[in-house]
Amino acid sequence: MKKFLSIAVAACLTVGALAGCGSSSSSGSSSDSNAASGDNVIKVGVFEPQTGENGGGGLQEVYGIRYANQMYPTVTVGGTEYTIQLVEVDNKSDKTEAVTAAQKLVAEGVVGVLGSYGSGVSIAAGDIFADAGIPAIGCSCTNPQVTFGNDWYFRTCFIDPFQGTVMANYAIQNGYQTAAVITQLGDDYSSGLGSYFKTAFESLGGTLVADEQFQTNQSDFKAILTNIKAASPDFIFAPSSITTAPLIIKQAREMGITAVLAAGDTWENATIIENAGADAEGIVFSTFFDEAAPANDEAASFITGFKEYLTSIGEPDIIPAVSALGYDAYITLLQAIKDADSVDPAAIRDALVNVEAEGVTGTIKFDENGDADKSLAFVKTVKDGQITFLTTTSLEG
Amino acid sequence: MSLTTLIQHCLTGISLGGAYALIAIGYTMVYGILRLINFAHGDIFMMAGYFMIFAMASFPWYIAIPITLICTVALGVIIEKVAYKPLRTAPRMSIMISAIGVSYLLQNLATYLFTALPKGYPEIPVLKKIYQFGGVSASLVTFITPIVTILLVIILMQLINHTKMGMAMRAVSKDYDTAQIMGIKINNIISYTFAIGSLLAGIGSILYFTDRMTVYPYSGSLPGLKCFVAAVLGGIGSIPGAVVGGFILGIGETVLTALGYSTFSDAFTFLVLIIMLLFRPTGIFGEKATDKV
Repeated sequence: MKKFLSIAVAACLTVGALAGCGSSSSSGSSSDSNAASGDNVIKVGVFEPQTGENGGGGLQEVYGIRYANQMYPTVTVGGTEYTIQLVEVDNKSDKTEAVTAAQKLVAEGVVGVLGSYGSGVSIAAGDIFADAGIPAIGCSCTNPQVTFGNDWYFRTCFIDPFQGTVMANYAIQNGYQTAAVITQLGDDYSSGLGSYFKTAFESLGGTLVADEQFQTNQSDFKAILTNIKAASPDFIFAPSSITTAPLIIKQAREMGITAVLAAGDTWENATIIENAGADAEGIVFSTFFDEAAPANDEAASFITGFKEYLTSIGEPDIIPAVSALGYDAYITLLQAIKDADSVDPAAIRDALVNVEAEGVTGTIKFDENGDADKSLAFVKTVKDGQITFLTTTSLEG
Repeated sequence: MSLTTLIQHCLTGISLGGAYALIAIGYTMVYGILRLINFAHGDIFMMAGYFMIFAMASFPWYIAIPITLICTVALGVIIEKVAYKPLRTAPRMSIMISAIGVSYLLQNLATYLFTALPKGYPEIPVLKKIYQFGGVSASLVTFITPIVTILLVIILMQLINHTKMGMAMRAVSKDYDTAQIMGIKINNIISYTFAIGSLLAGIGSILYFTDRMTVYPYSGSLPGLKCFVAAVLGGIGSIPGAVVGGFILGIGETVLTALGYSTFSDAFTFLVLIIMLLFRPTGIFGEKATDKV
């Protein structure tokens, strides 16, 4: 019996170890764009989670990119028309898988990469793209570490220090003096955003009364919430994935917690309302995009066109902000290819530094870190089962 | 810590422990008979969640529950027939690897069929009624989970100790070959074991998800792992052991979180596993292994 047990444990450990070996395949070929240009096709990598914890959100971002590709399937470089082919890989919301997926894209000879949803996987894959000399444009990865110190990574969204400050300002301005923070252990997005919120909230004069952490795939939050209930904060900031969010919301309300529940961009998702039902009423979050107020003509045509696209693939016609960002990342890359007038990844990267593209979330320009120059966030809430615009917040810097 | 908070924590811990115990029994029973850690058990639990969602979409809850349980039992038995039975004479390692394969298959099948977006678990109005006692508030399901668990365990113990089928099960778990010589239909007994294990996973799933409200393809993985630890802790192969193990883990995790160490609640679970394997590998209730040559 002892022996079988030790075999069992050995098996567990082996599985764990094997999962860690995924990255060992070395495909260190520097990107070869000539191979693709022969038949007038250029490849663009879509580096997104389609399974795993963030699979749902990642897929919504992919929809945005696929739709953009459908709208703008070709690009003209040096008088030749190239067809853009999307190469989709699944990073499985896992940092180890992300490295393997990134290497696969490098081996495919893509000229640029779009993605990913989730900052952790983007950070993990950042060096692979930089070493291979392929520019990458993140869509909704908001952690500063994604682009910081990486000349090849850009992004179309605002970053967490900004987002954390926006939510802290919102809390203080609405008279919430005490806050609790719930973050996911080992998740760069959640813990990053949580700590920026903490810093900003305390510097604005608020008091942090509870700071709790949970594990990936955890589905019982009652113990954490009991602690929070005992601390009775006015405001609960819980940046988390769309899988976790409805669980936290429902369990909090069930336990009789009446404080405002708030989070970052991930919470702008119809799934949360669908799953949390009436309990989702009154949740507050910051986000990138508001379909009720299109920023420009591009946005207006995107809103009608993309809704039709969503209906055609059987999804509800509420535009997730991440789809808009996915669309923008594609548009920006396209503009950079045009500006560079080349399909060489290095030239595209140089063009990205000075690119200016009209996206649906506003004009996209990158600062010295490669972050989109965005200083506007939309704060939204849920009212009568609908995501409702609450206020816009802009900050200096 | 105020009394209300303390009572709320106790309720949470006991309820979580009850759900863990139900799943842990499935691990322990299969191990007792086949000497196989059925890694797919956590995913059967997850699939039961999806069955319930679909059953509730077209039937009232009192019909949906039996349908869910029947589907879950069918799934468990089919997995045994397809993935484990052909390997009965193969080395144990092969069956174990097959179990890991089934686990991944179910997770990815669920992702493919139902997408990775979480699905809301239907509300069973009776179970979801919220009760308030002073500052403590919890739904009925929180109270009945431990009670249902204990009741089921008593029934199961009666079944194993006082029926012919139970006797056959005990015989198979003592000595596989001899039991066969004595005229016990091994394959039937193994199917019954999987059926009972899956049934408990199905009931556990209804109680667990009614309390936690969303199902996604990976919602079985962490509870599955923890219940495996619970089974080892109690002494794998022993049913009362699995129950005690489940309660210890559920309450232990809750206590740690209550003390403000939510960061370490999972570390605790797996630390318990390591310590147990180092100092008492047979678990709390495990019989001393006397491997005869």
